[in-house]
Amino acid sequence: MDPVTGKTIAVNVNGDQYEREVEARQLLVHFLRDDLELTGTHIGCDTGNCGACTVIYDGTAIKSCMLLAIQADGARIDTVEGLASDGELHPLQRAFSETHALQCGYCTPGMLMSAKHLLDNNPEPTQHEVRRALQGNICRCTGYWNIVEAVLAASKGEA
Amino acid sequence: MTETVTPTEALVVEETETRPGFIGQSVPRKEDRRLVQGEGIFIDDMKRHGMGFVHFVRSPYAHARIVSVDVSKALELDGVYGTLTGDEVAIQTDPYFELTVPPGNEIKDYCLAVGKAHYMGEPVAAVVAATRDLARDAAELVEVEYEPLPVLVDPERAQDADAPVIHEDPGSNVVWSGLFSWGEIESAMAEADHVVRIQRLHFDRFSSTPLECSGGLVEFDRPTGQWHIYSNNQFPGFAAIMMAPALRTGIDKLRFISHDIGGAFGNKICTHPQLTACCLLARKLKRPVQWTEWRTEQHMTNTHGNERVFLDVEVPVKADGTMLGFRCRAIDDCGAYPRYEPLGCIIWSQVTPGMYRWRHIEIDFTQICTNKSPVGPNRGYSRMQHLWFTERVIDIVAHELDLDPVEVRKRNYIRSDEMPYETPNGCVYDSGDYSKMLDMALELIGYGVLEERRAEAAERGKLLGLGIGSTLDSGTNNFGQSQLLNPELQFSGNNEVATIKLDLLGEVVITLGTVPQGQGHETVASQVAAEILGCTPDDIHVRVGHDTYWNSHSGFSGTYASQFAVTGLGAVKGAAEKLAEEMRRLAAAVLGCPADDIELAGGMARMRDNREAALPFMALGAIINVNNAGLPEDLDVTLNARYVYRPPFQVPDKERKFGNLTLTYASQIHACLVEVDPETGAYEIVNYAAVDDCGKRIHPQIVEGQVHGATAQAIGAATHETFAYDEDGNLLTPNFYDYHVPHALDMPPLHAGYLESPSPFTAYGAKGMGEGGGAGIHAVCAALQDAMRAAGNQIVHDSCNPPWRVWEMLQDPESTRRLVSVEERR
Repeated sequence: MDPVTGKTIAVNVNGDQYEREVEARQLLVHFLRDDLELTGTHIGCDTGNCGACTVIYDGTAIKSCMLLAIQADGARIDTVEGLASDGELHPLQRAFSETHALQCGYCTPGMLMSAKHLLDNNPEPTQHEVRRALQGNICRCTGYWNIVEAVLAASKGEA
Repeated sequence: MTETVTPTEALVVEETETRPGFIGQSVPRKEDRRLVQGEGIFIDDMKRHGMGFVHFVRSPYAHARIVSVDVSKALELDGVYGTLTGDEVAIQTDPYFELTVPPGNEIKDYCLAVGKAHYMGEPVAAVVAATRDLARDAAELVEVEYEPLPVLVDPERAQDADAPVIHEDPGSNVVWSGLFSWGEIESAMAEADHVVRIQRLHFDRFSSTPLECSGGLVEFDRPTGQWHIYSNNQFPGFAAIMMAPALRTGIDKLRFISHDIGGAFGNKICTHPQLTACCLLARKLKRPVQWTEWRTEQHMTNTHGNERVFLDVEVPVKADGTMLGFRCRAIDDCGAYPRYEPLGCIIWSQVTPGMYRWRHIEIDFTQICTNKSPVGPNRGYSRMQHLWFTERVIDIVAHELDLDPVEVRKRNYIRSDEMPYETPNGCVYDSGDYSKMLDMALELIGYGVLEERRAEAAERGKLLGLGIGSTLDSGTNNFGQSQLLNPELQFSGNNEVATIKLDLLGEVVITLGTVPQGQGHETVASQVAAEILGCTPDDIHVRVGHDTYWNSHSGFSGTYASQFAVTGLGAVKGAAEKLAEEMRRLAAAVLGCPADDIELAGGMARMRDNREAALPFMALGAIINVNNAGLPEDLDVTLNARYVYRPPFQVPDKERKFGNLTLTYASQIHACLVEVDPETGAYEIVNYAAVDDCGKRIHPQIVEGQVHGATAQAIGAATHETFAYDEDGNLLTPNFYDYHVPHALDMPPLHAGYLESPSPFTAYGAKGMGEGGGAGIHAVCAALQDAMRAAGNQIVHDSCNPPWRVWEMLQDPESTRRLVSVEERR
């Protein structure tokens, strides 16, 4: 018998239900980007260090390059594409823009999802808590100062 | 990090007069709305029907003869579209043009290794397959037989008789060498009261490691021979000059397109070899091919920053602390291929005396090849290495002669009343007040209570140190400096292009030649144009990225070398003024008045003294595009303007290596406090101040972002980031596990201050900026040296000081003390 090399999975992404056959070795991030065309989730490293691919998996922020697509079977995934609703930016998105917390914008989707996970679980974080929550996300443009400011501003309803 | 961190504050801002309108305003960035929604289009986001994925087979050896390459097993795999090998490349392409003089220009550099691999990770073959995973699988099936050769990793050994020769054709590892000598260094030595000697200083190898790796998507149009090269290359002008002759085609056959780019920092200038390979594959396989570099590949093979050693340094010093100049040898390690090099051998001389009034300078400069990844421009390119050296000189001299680092700087800084200041090699520092900036930085860092803090830290068993870093961010290159390197080169001056049109429905559309990577060019260009056209930035559409087909580029188009505020905006301003003039003439013809009576305001062209007589932009656009019957025959108006900005440069004097090499000099003074644990060498930056002066700030928030980002990169480079090789030429830091870049928790509290000294040479007084972060490397080195005064008087001699190196210095102060000596002359 041939070994099983694929599987059909059912995933809810940003509220939309998908059923797709995936290769057993496919990473969740490649599934999102290549199969679902959700290219807002980015790839910045090969080793799970950079966090550009951060999404929310059943309520927990995870690096989607560290999970196989088949492990997402039955899960609810939230990506950056689901943050804004009805054309209205999420307060975090507004805060990032207002405080100049992004330059090239490549790390931004992962930063936003890590920050969303933080605020969903801790609506009034301290500055240290914000920095700790973003520790798994690398930014090479901003030095993080304005990103931390943005998350704090969003948490205080200032954006 | 503690929780008592204060947020970023701009405590001191001294602005020049703010102009009316949009210049100087932090208007919302046009780029943000798509980027915060994940709707930016980066290179790996692009797809084409039938596209194949490229994966490179790379040499595991730093130096090895390639005996054979067998792709047959790879080709047998289902889903593999084809391969490319060095043998094919050697037939189908010519080696890239080399900038250097003979014999270094005999180096043969192709897009894949031909005959020999010269560094670990050099591409030896390429495979294209239906998916990226298949391409990787197939690459593993390519069988390459190597015969390993002796490896050269130490640049200081490169000229030894028994050193391996990396490129046989030149027969030497020397890429370029030259003597730079200005003033009278011998007389200065004779005049000195002390001569301070430093044996060796080492500037380490690192890069800005943009989060988005390099990549390209290439299509070949067979009937016309046209390549469409979608990529994140940041300097298409240079890529085209390298690639077109290599591909034996014309420049116009290479169409470069970029969209959003995920950071570049100079590291995406030299992607032409991989893009060349993609061009060959697209032509060979008759399908679009897509290549996205993996992070490990980026660390192994994307250009690193220049590594440099300074040897036998001599500094003549007067009794009062006035330094007269310096003399030294410098060896620059460019890795396996020069590519953009040896331009770095000249670029540093834009800032020859640093910020100091030193008039007698001599450097014997040599660049050599090693079996490491090629280098290339990296934020602060070549000036950062040199300015680190000048700052080390200042602080080591101060340390050895017991001078105060603040006082000695102020004594030696070029003074504001000497601006514009001509350096010993003919560069003109346009404006600035370095002493005032230093005062601002010291105030921000809490200099007044330094000794109290030092005592308080000592009570906790910590060594506290203060460090200052002064830098110049020279911007807008005069490419004539390349002729100092090689008199045969035919490059000089600089230019940049923008087009602007008023479209049919009244929309103002701008295209730029620049290739932005996060610097907000769409926003800033719209500010400048809106001011000239009498509309708002929201009324202006600036197309995203770069496209050769827009015809809004020149040979120097790109985003590099701190120049957008001068060259890019110079082009936008020129184009907008041309368009405004046409709009006034058109309105005058329609309204029947002289053009001088027309003003542009509120999105209208209207008569100054009769505002009822007005034509909205939409009417002007419609008249020219679809409703032009009856217009005067001699009315030469297209509402489509193109402007080439050209800074006022001359070719430098090649004999004396003398001339103005850049137009503007933004300046930075950083200061920091570190606390060192004497037991372990672990240390923390406990406070940080960055003062920046880039002349008039067009968009202060974007300037602030650049200051923050450059500072963070400097902190990373000073404390951890290193491309370390073992003796066999294996890169030991090929990913973000081993190559530690700063995270949010690593960042110290930052206090930023701004001074605005307008440049007399540019529109709006703005200076190019963004590369001034080297100051952070200098400041951390100085702070560590200051902290260790109380623990053995160590000399900080390396630009990168991870805790283990600090621990080594603490254990063995004498090993660093041996590097310096002072000769008393009086």
